[in-house]
Formats: sequence, C-alpha cells, structure tokens
Amino acid sequence: MGILDFLRARPKHTASIARERLRIIVAQERAHRGAPDYLPLLRGELLGVIRKYVNVDPDAVQVNVERDGEHEVLELSVALPDGPIKAAGGA
Amino acid sequence: MTEIIVVTSGKGGVGKTTTSASLATGLAKRGHRVAVIDFDVGLRNLDLIMGCERRVVYDFVNVIHNEATLKQALIRDKRLDNLHVLAASQTRDKDALTQEGVGRVLDELAADGFDFVICDSPAGIEKGAHLAMYFADRAVVVVNPEVSSVRDSDRILGLLASKTRRAERGDGPMRQHLLLTRYNPVRVEAGEMMSVQDVEEILGIPVLGVIPESGQVLAASNSGVPVIHDAGSIAGQAYGDAVARLDGDEVELRFIDAPKKGFFKRMFGT
Ligand SMILES: Nc1ncnc2c1ncn2[C@@H]1O[C@H](COP(=O)(O)OP(=O)(O)O)[C@@H](O)[C@H]1O
Ligand SMILES: [Mg+2]
Repeated sequence: MGILDFLRARPKHTASIARERLRIIVAQERAHRGAPDYLPLLRGELLGVIRKYVNVDPDAVQVNVERDGEHEVLELSVALPDGPIKAAGGA
Repeated sequence: MTEIIVVTSGKGGVGKTTTSASLATGLAKRGHRVAVIDFDVGLRNLDLIMGCERRVVYDFVNVIHNEATLKQALIRDKRLDNLHVLAASQTRDKDALTQEGVGRVLDELAADGFDFVICDSPAGIEKGAHLAMYFADRAVVVVNPEVSSVRDSDRILGLLASKTRRAERGDGPMRQHLLLTRYNPVRVEAGEMMSVQDVEEILGIPVLGVIPESGQVLAASNSGVPVIHDAGSIAGQAYGDAVARLDGDEVELRFIDAPKKGFFKRMFGT
C-alpha cells in the first residue's frame, strides 16, 4: 500500500472523536472546579503508593471533594483491574 | 445604563480582536455610543484592526496612571462619531493595569453616557484577561471548532462564574454568549470539524453567532476596516447578525450549512 492509499484510508470522521473527548474532559474539569489545589498532587502520590502493590491504570485513582451540607468529604475511588489481582512485582 | 461586555476566550489567535472590532462597530452603526478597549497591554493590536493606529497618542495605561485624561486618550472612529477606541500600551507590561484603575476608567465611561463598553481581552488566564472580565455585565466567549479552543473556553466559563465582580457580589450569573468563529460548513458536513450543535452542547451556553472562516477577514485587517463594514462579505453579514442578537433582536443563524454545490467547495474544497 502506497503512502497515498494510507492517507486516503485514514478515517476522516474525526469531529465525533473530538466531541467525545471534549465531553469527558470538560465534565471532569468542571467537577474539579473550585476544588483545593492540592488534589492533583495528592492523586499522583496516592497512585504511586497503590502501584507499589497493584498494577492499576493511571486514571484508576479518582480523588474528589464532595460537599455534604456543612461538611466537605474527600472521596477516593480506586478501580482495580479486571481478573485476579496481581501484585506489581515489587517494581 | 452602560453595559460592559468582555470578549474573551482563553486561547490566543481565535478571533477576539477581530470580534471586538466588529461588535463595537456594529453596535455603533445601530446608533449606540460605544467604546472599545484593548486590554492586551504590551501587544497592542486593536488599533490596527480598527484602522486608527496612527492616531494613538495616549493609551489606556496613561489614563490609569493619570498621565492623560480619558478624553485625550479616546480615539474617535473615522467613520462613526459615536464609536471610540482606547488603545493598549505597547511599552508597559500587564502589571501596569490595576483593578482600581480599570474600575475608574469604566466608571468614567458610564458617567459620560456610553451605552456599551467592549473589552478586548488578551489570551491566557492571567492578570490582563482577569481585569478584562472582572467588571463585565456580559461575556462573549470566542471559540474555534477545535479541541484546545473549546477546552480553554470552558476554563474561562469557570472564571467568569467565580472571579468577577458579579460573582463576588453574588449578583447572579453573568450573561454568556458563544461566538463560534472560523467555521467551515463543508468540513463540518464531511465530519472533519465539530458542528455548532456539538460546541454548544459541550459548553452549555447559547449561541450568539457563527462566523465562517473567510478570506475577507484578512482583507479587512489588511485595510484596517472592521469586516462588519464589508456588507458583501459573509463574515461581515454574520457579524451583523451577531450584533443584532446582542442588541436583543431574534435573527436566524446563516452560513452554517454547506451550499449544495459550488461556492464553498471552490472556496474551501479539500
Ligand atoms: N472568521 C475568520 N476567518 C478567517 N480568518 C480569521 C477569522 N477570524 C479571525 N481570523 C484571523 O485569525 C487571526 C487571529 O485573529 P485575532 O482577532 O487577532 O485573534 P485574537 O485576538 O483572539 O488573538 C487573524 O489573523 C485574523 O485575521
Ligand atoms: Mg487579540
């Protein structure tokens, strides 16, 4: 297959890809708006600790501050990988 | 009452200055008294797009620092007596603007009886952009149908909701308008570019106008005549429609569909 064929064969309907990516990132950024500045750092460090034990994806750790009446609740969620949990092999 | 409108975007090069010039000119053409202010201190450009670059003697920063009066610094438009430009400084940096100073200038314009003040924001989310939006009653968010522009615009929406005088006073949400520009209906139809509906849905604010990608915008900036004066151009007509909507009229969107054959294909054909 020549280079021209390759270029022609590329999917051209990228607008819908853009739309879906934006939907997700905008929703995520809106959810974090007004949240404390330390959340991204906290999330990064937590991810590092968890990965010592379990091989999770970089987006498996979510950290949010939820308002519950007068209180603020720091909400952590860690999505574990499918299948039997494997230790990260001491990496 | 004076309405202060900020033209903002986050991302640079999306069409804020082009839009500020045409919105200000269009509102003045409808009979309103309008001042348009360049907040891009250090990178003055609005004067070029308005065609008054050789008549800048004093600028916005001079007024803020009491080195000139507002009257001395306001440049009256060549074509429209009720349109005035306040240029940005080229020699100072963005710290030359102060919140107190900007507020004072805006108060003086209000006392002088201006109907609209259009604030042309610099790119970014720092001091200049912050001061351009701080006192606004309404915001025109300029967006290109492209991922980074849309995302930056959403950040700007967040700032409009929290970092403005209205937000601090709890005066309720600012009226926000989406102005989609550099739109190419042929590419939208081909699935290569996000549509008006896509961007409207992601950002969740109503559409003020859709300005097509057009060579006439460059011709207008080359000659220092805001494109809205070019009644034969589709970009000029689209800005005319946007101004009418800004001023309260109901006008159908135009130039958002690819023509069946011919014109757009020849102009933008891929
Ligand atoms: N509708 C349009 N069609 C084609 N070119 C455009 C259009 N709108 C703006 N431009 C061009 O895009 C460039 C950036 O515009 P400008 O108004 O200076 O953006 P900003 O103030 O956001 O940095 C300029 O060269 C301008 O001529
Ligand atoms: Mg500009």
